Amino acid sequence: MKALSRLYIALILFFLYAPVLVMIFFSFNSSSSVWVFEGFSLDWYLSLISNSTMLGALKHTLVIAVLSAVISTVLGTAAAVGIMAIRSKLANKLIMATTNIPMMNADIVTGISLMFLFVFVGKLIGLSESLGFVTVLIAHITFNLPYVILSVLPKLKQTDANLHEAALDLGCTPVKAFFKVILPSISTGIATGMIMAFTLSLDDFVISYFTCGDYQTLPIIIYNMTKKSVTPDTYALSTLIFIVIFLLLIFYNMVSSKAERKAAKRRF
Amino acid sequence: MNKKSFGNKLVACPYIVWSAIFIIVPLVIMAYFALTDANGVFTLANLASLGRYKKAFAISIVYAVISTVITLLLAYPMAYFMTKLKISSQKMIMMIVMLPMWMNFLIRTYSWISILANTGIINTVLGKLGIGPLKLINTPGAVILGMVYDFIPYMILPIYSVMSKIDNSLLEASDDLGANAFNKFKRVIFPLSRPGVISGITMVFVPSVSTFYISQKLGGNKTMLIGDTIEYFYNSGPDYYNIASAISLILMVLIMLSLFVMNRFTNDESGGVVI
Repeated sequence: MKALSRLYIALILFFLYAPVLVMIFFSFNSSSSVWVFEGFSLDWYLSLISNSTMLGALKHTLVIAVLSAVISTVLGTAAAVGIMAIRSKLANKLIMATTNIPMMNADIVTGISLMFLFVFVGKLIGLSESLGFVTVLIAHITFNLPYVILSVLPKLKQTDANLHEAALDLGCTPVKAFFKVILPSISTGIATGMIMAFTLSLDDFVISYFTCGDYQTLPIIIYNMTKKSVTPDTYALSTLIFIVIFLLLIFYNMVSSKAERKAAKRRF
Repeated sequence: MNKKSFGNKLVACPYIVWSAIFIIVPLVIMAYFALTDANGVFTLANLASLGRYKKAFAISIVYAVISTVITLLLAYPMAYFMTKLKISSQKMIMMIVMLPMWMNFLIRTYSWISILANTGIINTVLGKLGIGPLKLINTPGAVILGMVYDFIPYMILPIYSVMSKIDNSLLEASDDLGANAFNKFKRVIFPLSRPGVISGITMVFVPSVSTFYISQKLGGNKTMLIGDTIEYFYNSGPDYYNIASAISLILMVLIMLSLFVMNRFTNDESGGVVI
């Protein structure tokens, strides 16, 4: 039974990674085929480095991911704190229902409805091109916000309200009490929300597709590449992305297990 | 100030305004577009013409249901077997399962072309064995495979996270009380893992039913799903925005209805999805 269950896990992992291995393998192909391997070369990687559209798109992706993660973290944390203070059950329910919409809805509906808003407003104020940097940034902030709020809210609920009260009694202003007492106790929730927002934004294709206009991000470039003939340069780009994510994960794992070990030591 | 709150509700205002403008208003505008013609005159013609896309709706739902079921059947044992491993191995396998989620799904889908193409890897191997080329790419099976492949981590993850929290003493108790393996599964493990199954199903069904990339790459444009239809009209220019809105509106209603039905099956108090 034990051997069988291990075999099953191995098979599922093989299924998950087969296309990834194929992709890495053919990114080193010397010909432009993605199924006949003719020889080893790094040509596709070298051509990436000199591809200015690609580098431009990489820059766009990072700018959008960083900005949208930071803005949605600030807005979302403030929202979570405010939501906690709202007493009215009805208001609370309404806000949470609205927050759930972008998470539940299909990306294509979120994307196209935002596009309608931008085009509608663009027409009203007489812009010739309504989609671009601002609209894709707004769209990313919008779909990131629910994830930030839902990672911060549980932490806020766990926080002892008396702490805040004590800080006030000891002479803190409410703002100072928030930064000194509340913020440290919800910081892991904020960090989780921010990381999630960053990775979601980095990876988003569908919503960006409808809202980015000429401000093309990396997934859009990849989409355009796969629309035309299939060449290993897309694989090379993806392999690079894969390696970066892989290293980030290992790094994250090392940091978190180190922190865990430290915490475990402190307990004894 | 209220005793329990440690902030002012006013700090939620920027978000409330933001969500009203960028979540509610776009949906209102979408509904407005769906109910008007290109000149902004009220009409039901868009909704009335949706009958023409019956087939796309039907195929999308059928494909999404099939791929969700297959995903569940594959992911459930995986999640279960994972909980039987050492904690450190569990963590590692979780990482390995999640890693592809952070890779662009466009590329993960696209790589299947190399494997399934008429001159691709599988057919090359089969050819060496003397088995003629099979038609793998541009088939319904390939589209469903793509959906299963792209979204299976979203099924494994919530089921695993719920299952790993099942108290082992419950399983021991059911052993002590004489339950056989089947009863233990039926009475203890499955009911306790249900919230994970529910959120896994919604996290696979929603992107499957609305996808437009997987079908184009692996279905070869022959299968027009509902997502493809929306994308097609979007690319056809502003004259087609009204019909695109009408289809999107119906898609949204369909998704919300199925989520509502799914939620009736769960007594989960926390609400929302397990991530």
